[in-house]
Amino acid sequence: MARPRVYKTEAIVLKRINLGEADSIITLYTPNHGKIRAVAKGVRRLKSKLGGHLDLLTRSALLLAQGRNLDIITQSQSIESFLPLKSDLNRISCAFYVAELLDQFTAEEVENYPIYRLLNADLLWLCTARNSALVLRHFELQLLSHLGYQPELYHCLGCKSPLTPQRNLFSAISGGSFCPDCAGKEPVVRPISVDALKVMRFLLSNDHTSARRLRMRSDLSH
Amino acid sequence: MRIGFMPAAEPVSRLIEELGKLPGIGPKSAARLAYYLLRMPETEARSLAEAIIAVKDETVLCSSCQNIADSDPCAICTSEERHHNIICVVKEPLDLLALERTGRYKGLYHVLHGVLSPMDGIGPGDLKLKELMERIETGSVEEVILATNPNLEGEATAMYIQRLLSPLGLRVTRLARGLPVGGDLEYADEVTLTHALEGRQPM
Ligand SMILES: [Zn+2]
Ligand SMILES: [Zn+2]
Repeated sequence: MARPRVYKTEAIVLKRINLGEADSIITLYTPNHGKIRAVAKGVRRLKSKLGGHLDLLTRSALLLAQGRNLDIITQSQSIESFLPLKSDLNRISCAFYVAELLDQFTAEEVENYPIYRLLNADLLWLCTARNSALVLRHFELQLLSHLGYQPELYHCLGCKSPLTPQRNLFSAISGGSFCPDCAGKEPVVRPISVDALKVMRFLLSNDHTSARRLRMRSDLSH
Repeated sequence: MRIGFMPAAEPVSRLIEELGKLPGIGPKSAARLAYYLLRMPETEARSLAEAIIAVKDETVLCSSCQNIADSDPCAICTSEERHHNIICVVKEPLDLLALERTGRYKGLYHVLHGVLSPMDGIGPGDLKLKELMERIETGSVEEVILATNPNLEGEATAMYIQRLLSPLGLRVTRLARGLPVGGDLEYADEVTLTHALEGRQPM
């Protein structure tokens, strides 16, 4: 979506890199412009009006102006700080992982509203989740799916027949499952249990409101 | 015939390249600085070059607090006037200088040389944490002040160190987080306001 000279957007802060004396380059995920990078001037000064509203993993309402190179953030007001998430080291590291995964998997300026919703919903879920590993697996699978890499979990990628409830095999390279008969020709496969397959199907087809009710055996979390 | 692009003289382009490696210096600023240095009187240019060499040759990392100093152990670590039972943990030498400028802190320091930042590939092994733990285990430290920056990486680092220290049973404190002096309440974010409310003081 083309951006006007001055525009408003909501955004979640994924990354901050220092620039010059007190500025930062901020990587943002937005609903309508996808991932963008913008400059926040003076943001590292303790008295900056932008500062706390642009900390990592904060959802803010922003006003930006198009710059020569990168756009400039001129105003910010935090909407959701995901505070409970930030007072627990384990939850923080999970959230860092979510942000890094999203940053690595997406190109700049490719609009993808479902990913924005997923990011916001799963960060909120991470604030209260009993099992944070479940949130990460949900985020990974949903992210793959929204980017067009949804793994095939219902049919064998070789013979196309529906998978039967037995120990099948999974190939990350081919992006899906194989029945034991077809898996032989695949270079790197790993066995996948019936339960693991069921959990993956469930996480792929449910948003956080249903997914959070799932109780998963701990050996299936990783 | 195409008129070729004329490059800068070799020593100049070398200087531009070196300056361009500095933080916050893009190719344009690097070129501007290089030509400024070129026009500088010879004595000034030499004194700058010597200052750069000296900062590498004549400074050491204090093996105790890990600060950059001119002796090891450094003047702070050996001072009789300072309290040796309290250590203030900071991200980098500049933070130590900022705290020293207040003139109010009389304890020792420990410089981490970074904070946890998984996205930049900085993990616990990249910080001077082993050195901190050794100091605490062998010394008579009673309090550790965690003075990392009040942002998510700083908080995560403080929490990580707190977790390392908690079995040792000493006092672990965090610099108060709240409203900056001269700030305006309406511009404060939710996290800052929450901390400011929690840390309110009777008056
Ligand atoms: Zn098959
Ligand atoms: Zn020292």
